[in-house]
Amino acid sequence: MIYNIPYIAAIALILLGLYALIFKRNLIKIVIGILLIENGVNLFLITLAFRQNSITPIYPITGDKSMSLPVPHALTLTSIVIGVCVLALMLSLIVHIYRHYGTLDVRKIGREKE
Amino acid sequence: MSGMSRIVKTITNVAFPFVMIYGLYIIARGHLIPGGGFQGGVVVASSLAMVLVAYGSIWIVGKVKEKNLSVLESLGAICFIGLGFIGVILILFYSSFEGSFLKNFLIGQDTIPIFNEIGKGISNINTAGIIPLMNFSVGMIVIAGLFVILLVMAYATRIKEGK
Amino acid sequence: MSRRNLVAAIFFAIVAIFLVFGALMMHPFGEFDEEHYPEMDQYIIDNTQNETGADNGVTGVVFDYRGFDTLGEATVLFTAVAGVILLFRRLKK
Repeated sequence: MIYNIPYIAAIALILLGLYALIFKRNLIKIVIGILLIENGVNLFLITLAFRQNSITPIYPITGDKSMSLPVPHALTLTSIVIGVCVLALMLSLIVHIYRHYGTLDVRKIGREKE
Repeated sequence: MSGMSRIVKTITNVAFPFVMIYGLYIIARGHLIPGGGFQGGVVVASSLAMVLVAYGSIWIVGKVKEKNLSVLESLGAICFIGLGFIGVILILFYSSFEGSFLKNFLIGQDTIPIFNEIGKGISNINTAGIIPLMNFSVGMIVIAGLFVILLVMAYATRIKEGK
Repeated sequence: MSRRNLVAAIFFAIVAIFLVFGALMMHPFGEFDEEHYPEMDQYIIDNTQNETGADNGVTGVVFDYRGFDTLGEATVLFTAVAGVILLFRRLKK
């Protein structure tokens, strides 16, 4: 069980983001929760790529070491760039929502005009 | 936002070329060291963001046109897709060529002597086929895209003078 | 505590229990036995220098073996830039 500590760390990051996503009302804090979940998933993929006594998958290799797995690294690279794009779009929409309604509380948005 | 103090501007003038050269180095050696188009593009875009914070978005908008950055980004995307389609087009001229979309057509031939060696030895930069070219095209996309996002958001949410 | 918060807390507890027990039942960190041996990654590590010519295995995967992924990623970045410019066009004047 002690060898599963890195997985537990990634799960803790995901749960922290899920807490902010469920219980907070401010839209900026909800965006922070989404980013925490995304970073937790990236950390989980990176921990899956590790092998004992290994180096990064870049030649030349020295000694009897092995290489860690390259495919999860590549998928994490893709995920990080897509996360930046989604963050930019979310912040742009939040700026528009604040200028239209004058608030960032999710329970008051949409009820101002009635 | 109309710029920061003179100390910040001076430090930015000193640090900006070094950060930009480092980002271009990461893009150019992407097939040999940890790095590549995305990471180096983000480093270059962060150097441009440093200038944006120090001098203010109004000064930058007077210097850089937004349409030129859009042209740079579109050029990077066209280079990427064009490099992918060359692998298909070469089938029409050489019937024995096993081509497909995004085929690495520069590896395993001696006709064109650029990037065609197999990477044995330490840090031979003349390797890896079309991967350095694709690194440069993706770097163009990332530099222009991230700088346009930062510039448009900073200029749209600027604080008016006199308020 | 209102009813909405109570339902949300129960949902959060269920998800937390599933995730933590799923993490405890995975294979040990950094050890791959016969059942979980990574054949695809081992093939890529062995052949990336001869097939793509790149010393860096991650770059070989991103730009050669999985080039379609990178194409889609560039498309997503392009779409995000277009969306941001579209959203802020009316605020500029």
